[in-house]
Amino acid sequence: MSPQSSPASPATVPATRPVEGAPRSRARETRPDGRRGRRRRLGLLVGLAVLAVAASVGVLTWNNPMTVGSEGFWLIAQMRVETLVSVAVVAVAQGAATVAFQTATHNRILTPSIMGFESLYTAVQTGAVFLFGIAGATMVVGLPQFLLQAVLMVAFASALYGWLLSGRFSNMHLMLLVGVVIGGGLGSLSTFMQRLLTPSEFDVLTARMFGSIANAESAYLPYALPAVLVVAAVLWLRGRRLDVVALGADAATSLGLNHRREVMLILLMVSVLMAMSTSLVGPMTFLGFLAATLTYQLFDTPSHRLLLPAAGLVAYTILTVAYFLLRHVFYAQGAVTIIVELIGGGVFLIVLMRKGRL
Amino acid sequence: MITLDAVTKTYSSEVAIGPVSVEIARGGITALVGPNGAGKSTVLTMIGRLLGADEGSIEVGGHDIATTRSRTLATVLSILRQENHFVTRLTVRQLVGFGRFPHSRGRLTAEDERHIDAAIDFLDLADLQDRYLDQLSGGQRQRAYVAMVLAQDTEYVLLDEPLNNLDMQHAVQMMRQLRRAADELGRTVVVVLHDVNFAAHYADRILAMQDGQVVEHGAPREIMTDEVLTRVFHTEVQVIEGPHGPLAVYY
Repeated sequence: MSPQSSPASPATVPATRPVEGAPRSRARETRPDGRRGRRRRLGLLVGLAVLAVAASVGVLTWNNPMTVGSEGFWLIAQMRVETLVSVAVVAVAQGAATVAFQTATHNRILTPSIMGFESLYTAVQTGAVFLFGIAGATMVVGLPQFLLQAVLMVAFASALYGWLLSGRFSNMHLMLLVGVVIGGGLGSLSTFMQRLLTPSEFDVLTARMFGSIANAESAYLPYALPAVLVVAAVLWLRGRRLDVVALGADAATSLGLNHRREVMLILLMVSVLMAMSTSLVGPMTFLGFLAATLTYQLFDTPSHRLLLPAAGLVAYTILTVAYFLLRHVFYAQGAVTIIVELIGGGVFLIVLMRKGRL
Repeated sequence: MITLDAVTKTYSSEVAIGPVSVEIARGGITALVGPNGAGKSTVLTMIGRLLGADEGSIEVGGHDIATTRSRTLATVLSILRQENHFVTRLTVRQLVGFGRFPHSRGRLTAEDERHIDAAIDFLDLADLQDRYLDQLSGGQRQRAYVAMVLAQDTEYVLLDEPLNNLDMQHAVQMMRQLRRAADELGRTVVVVLHDVNFAAHYADRILAMQDGQVVEHGAPREIMTDEVLTRVFHTEVQVIEGPHGPLAVYY
């Protein structure tokens, strides 16, 4: 192997030659998601779906005072369907947003919730009550306000990302840090304003602030539902690009992807999803993290075509089960987040301990 | 052919690379050598369009890298950095499969599978192909990344210190495999190397850099002299005739 030897024929570039005796069946059987892994994941999906459907049916029919099949029974069930649709919208938004966010930022600890999205929502709500009294609480309710708030949150996110990811900063860790600091700052500002409220104002505000499935703003559903569906579908369609983004900026660029544009686009879609979810049911700090982490642990795949819908399904299952337990077992409808954090946190720790990695 | 025309990159008023004007011929292995901070990696990442040049233009195989679509460039050149953010739950085969992304946009065809098989066999990864990246040693992981770059099937392959963290055996293996990639597959390999002896033995051309400038460019025999190496590396270097060609002794 002389170093001076010139290459065989520099004029032509032969493709990597397929090696003889490498049967194609080998490629099939040892495909990354081999048959066993695929069957396991399919089983998981079916299991989760069954659990989700069971919880949904439970929410619809449990404690229905009317006899099964009567007109009144269906009436009550129909009213509960609205709740389930809200849950589904929130679950898909939070699940997909968190997975996409964590891929774009190459971290599995921070979620869009921690990045100031929800504290912005809290600050807006608190600010309205602080400035205009109880009348303010009604001022932030209504369709124009919903749209305005959504636009505000998306604008906030794009400004933050645009500023921090381009130009002379272009630093992901800096962006995450600034996001966390802004989130913390807005949270403290809200707490400070809440201190100065009268008890009755505070009461009204607290009722609005808890992440509450039961009093989801169903009037917003006709807008939130299509928005979330469209954005989630776009994310899914770009799933293969997300797979490449996950390899890191250098590798993604080498593979011909405009990494920064891709990341900005993902973060923009994440901010739309988060704005919809938060406007609908308020802050859900833990749900996205829990759903995403459980999805990584359970499905064990790098493919976003699978991860994105799976995270939505996991989030939906968590929420419906928690809602069912709260409403029909403990008779304590209201803050579903409490159950999510308690049981979900426990499940998360157990899974983490058993697997030993994030 | 890779052509750099008055390329500069300014980090601060004191630290600047260039202007670099150099032509790297098609085919064979070209090694970039030089002391730390000479700008080897910067030049390589600029050719690989991972880092934008402040001034000047770079052409790879007739494509101006500043104006050509990244997607088109990905079928002409591939680049591998030293440190890679690695996704833990990725198998070797999945990683190598990503090399086909510029061609198939993630939907692997039978032809892609053939390329993947070929790249895996080329780097002796057949036994490891279903292992996860976090179950591999540093050297094996390095090979997996090189296999990904080869599966990308580009004429130009740029590698930033591929021998980093490799022991003697694996470093030699890696260089032999790159040599084969150049000879058997006709790739143009540009590689940043720290060890000038590796460069002298395996490369067809050596490009020596110092303080952001290309100071020497030629066949290994021309670079491997006491005078040139001592000047480039700021260290007393003696070149002796070894069993397989010139050998630099610097300790």
